[in-house]
Amino acid sequence: MVLSLKELSSEELYAPGHRLCAGCGPSISARMALKGSRGPLVVSNATGCIEVSTTVFPYTAWRVPWVHSLFENAAATATGMEAGFKALTKKGLPNKHIDVIALGGDGGTFDIGLQALSGALERGQDFVYICYDNEAYMNTGIQRSGGTPLGAATTTSPAGKKIPGKQEYKKDLLGICIAHNIKYAATASIGFPNDYITKVRKGIEVEGPAMIHVLAPCPLGWRSEPSNTIKLAKLAVQTTIFPLYEVENGKYKLTMKIKNPIPVEEYLKLQGRFSHLFRPEFKNVLEAIRQGAKERWERILGLCGESS
Amino acid sequence: MVLHTVKKVYYPSKVPPFAPQVVPYQGEGVTVRRQEVVGYNGDEAVALAVKQSKVDVVAAYPITPQTIIVERFSEYVADGEVDTEFVCLESEHSAASASIGASLTGARVFTATASQGLALMHEVLYTASGLRCPIVMAVANRALSAPLNIHNDRSDMMGSRDCGWIQIYAENSQEAYDWTIQAFKIAENTTVQLPVTVNFDGFVISHAMETINTLADEDVTGFLPSRKPIFTIDPEHPVTVGSLFLQEYYFEIKRQQEEALQKSAEVVDQVAKEYCALSGREYGILETCGMEDAEAAILCMGSTAGTARSVMRKMRAEGKKVGLIKLWLYRPFPVEEIISALGNVKALAIMDMALSFGAPVGALCSDIATILQLRGNNLKIFDVIYGLGGRDIRPAEIEGIFNEALSVAQTGIVKESVKYVGVRE
Amino acid sequence: MTEDEKPLGERMKLPWRQMPIGGTAFQPGSSTEYKTGDWRIIKKPVIDHKRCIMCLLCWIFCPDVSITRSPDQVEIDYYHCKGCGICSAECPVRCISMVEE
Repeated sequence: MVLSLKELSSEELYAPGHRLCAGCGPSISARMALKGSRGPLVVSNATGCIEVSTTVFPYTAWRVPWVHSLFENAAATATGMEAGFKALTKKGLPNKHIDVIALGGDGGTFDIGLQALSGALERGQDFVYICYDNEAYMNTGIQRSGGTPLGAATTTSPAGKKIPGKQEYKKDLLGICIAHNIKYAATASIGFPNDYITKVRKGIEVEGPAMIHVLAPCPLGWRSEPSNTIKLAKLAVQTTIFPLYEVENGKYKLTMKIKNPIPVEEYLKLQGRFSHLFRPEFKNVLEAIRQGAKERWERILGLCGESS
Repeated sequence: MVLHTVKKVYYPSKVPPFAPQVVPYQGEGVTVRRQEVVGYNGDEAVALAVKQSKVDVVAAYPITPQTIIVERFSEYVADGEVDTEFVCLESEHSAASASIGASLTGARVFTATASQGLALMHEVLYTASGLRCPIVMAVANRALSAPLNIHNDRSDMMGSRDCGWIQIYAENSQEAYDWTIQAFKIAENTTVQLPVTVNFDGFVISHAMETINTLADEDVTGFLPSRKPIFTIDPEHPVTVGSLFLQEYYFEIKRQQEEALQKSAEVVDQVAKEYCALSGREYGILETCGMEDAEAAILCMGSTAGTARSVMRKMRAEGKKVGLIKLWLYRPFPVEEIISALGNVKALAIMDMALSFGAPVGALCSDIATILQLRGNNLKIFDVIYGLGGRDIRPAEIEGIFNEALSVAQTGIVKESVKYVGVRE
Repeated sequence: MTEDEKPLGERMKLPWRQMPIGGTAFQPGSSTEYKTGDWRIIKKPVIDHKRCIMCLLCWIFCPDVSITRSPDQVEIDYYHCKGCGICSAECPVRCISMVEE
């Protein structure tokens, strides 16, 4: 089952007039996620760009019940919502199932919210957690997170004379989630809406926790053209930097096959955060990025039973 | 200014100092419901109260000395005695967060913690009150690290006293049971809509077996019907909760929240009256003993009041005019009730079971000094820091404090504004 | 300007007693009232409807929900469009051009 665009509802549960930047990838990820909904739902949103910019009081971009409580507790708040609805359903109120979706950025998921997420996955809470990954703390002004890739310059991992941006690889968030033996986990990219929205719907339909890790480029933090947001989201996949796959009941499946990967430079050169890597003295970092992507891709291919 | 119910325990009290009032209440025009006497420690008593309060969601995380509450409650769940959704979270931070999520669905929610757990919840406490979630939380008061200590003092709650929750202190297991039931009714009142903590001293109350009077399930249900939320996260009427409030809006929301908290004292009083009619046990804002003619008095909270009352009896027999004020309600701070309760007392010792590091006096004393200054009252006061990390406060020490207060009343001279009692010099 | 004509942001600058409890926003989707169209700096997208194949990619990719969809046509909502240019960049038949305002 892959949902086609024409099948999607034209009803907008996510309204215009929010204050996210022009060309914002996370905004696209939130709207697309709601396109995958199947009925009544509530959203638990971690502190972050989406939270701050969509709910500048008294305005709100949300046409579904939406709760922001704190930075690290989107999964725990969602847990409470699910428990509350469950308890009230026993009393006949509410009389219908309500889906719970948690939204968090990479800071709120890879880093500060990882414990709450792990707890919710382990407990088998019936919800979908969507991590919109723009690869740094953009809301506070582009600081490195566990989701920031190797070599990227951020305001706390700047491209200096000696240290060329972030020194570590990106954390394998989905791997951590999969290790909880949840029924459904997937990566996605806003560049491939059918695939992403289908995965959200699958996650909602699974009884128990589901995890979607969606790449959502940030023009501000990536120092890219706003019009290139989708192009970058596609390139990340097409270069094999960000493989699209899903794990359903323990079975890995590659959802986007890449026959002839585009060279990673094509992806990197469109982003100011990597521009320093094209200086001769940092050639080794470029090579490390290439190597890291290759190893990850081959590992995922192996898990999915595919050959390169 | 409306003064709320102040319970007066007339001296000499017929009630033995440490025992709960097991004698059925025979007040005028009051038909008290039949009750069962059981032997429970404070934690078990709270767990029973939560069960009888038909709580929809319990968000649990273990920490000594609160753990027995969630252990006992999980037995109720395992035995099918409750319909509650019992969720064991992975931290106190998440337990408090889940409580918010559940409360917003319209569910009745309970959680419990102590010490480091409360400290870990700190930011969530502010969110719960800011979002006006009527959660009830039991806090078995315990010292804060470092160094590590699992025993009783009130550093935990005192460290979070500005979090916007209604804060009640219980003296014994009976009070912990009674206040837990009342707390839901207070929190969920539509004019209040604020979370409540029911505090009781760790180990001293949480782990000490006492006989308590328990109401029948149906009587608690009658007293405490299902929660009627004023709004919920209902997909048919979508709301946005926890928005970004910039400079033009934030202050008004906080002012409104403060008003709700200050006004909640009236509801605490009203609920206490209703509860008295049901149980025969009188509660209210504060309790006084011997304050009608006392020259010197102690103001305290929690289990210390029991010891102080027994010391009073001895001293009264010796002709010493001493009195006692015990606060049940700490936040909102009952200004008028305290001023009124002080009567003609000439010296007051304030018992702080927590340090407020670097401050001129402890937190409770600071509040008292403030209200006296605001009323132009020249009453002589001094602070007593005691009981840190579970150090017992002994009758002889309380007698010493009473004698010190009597001496201040006589001479008008406060020798030490902060007195450390029970520490090795 | 009467009270009703004022923007929501002004109408909600209420005395503290009248503010919604807990700061809850009770008007779902109220951001629609807020104009973000003036964020566009130089160019705005214009659709050449004759060449449009109704693939809906511009509609689904718009971060600002500024492409509205009817059964036979997509339209740009200039009140909200921030001019990011994603629609133009992603249009497979290049029928959306970025035009100077």
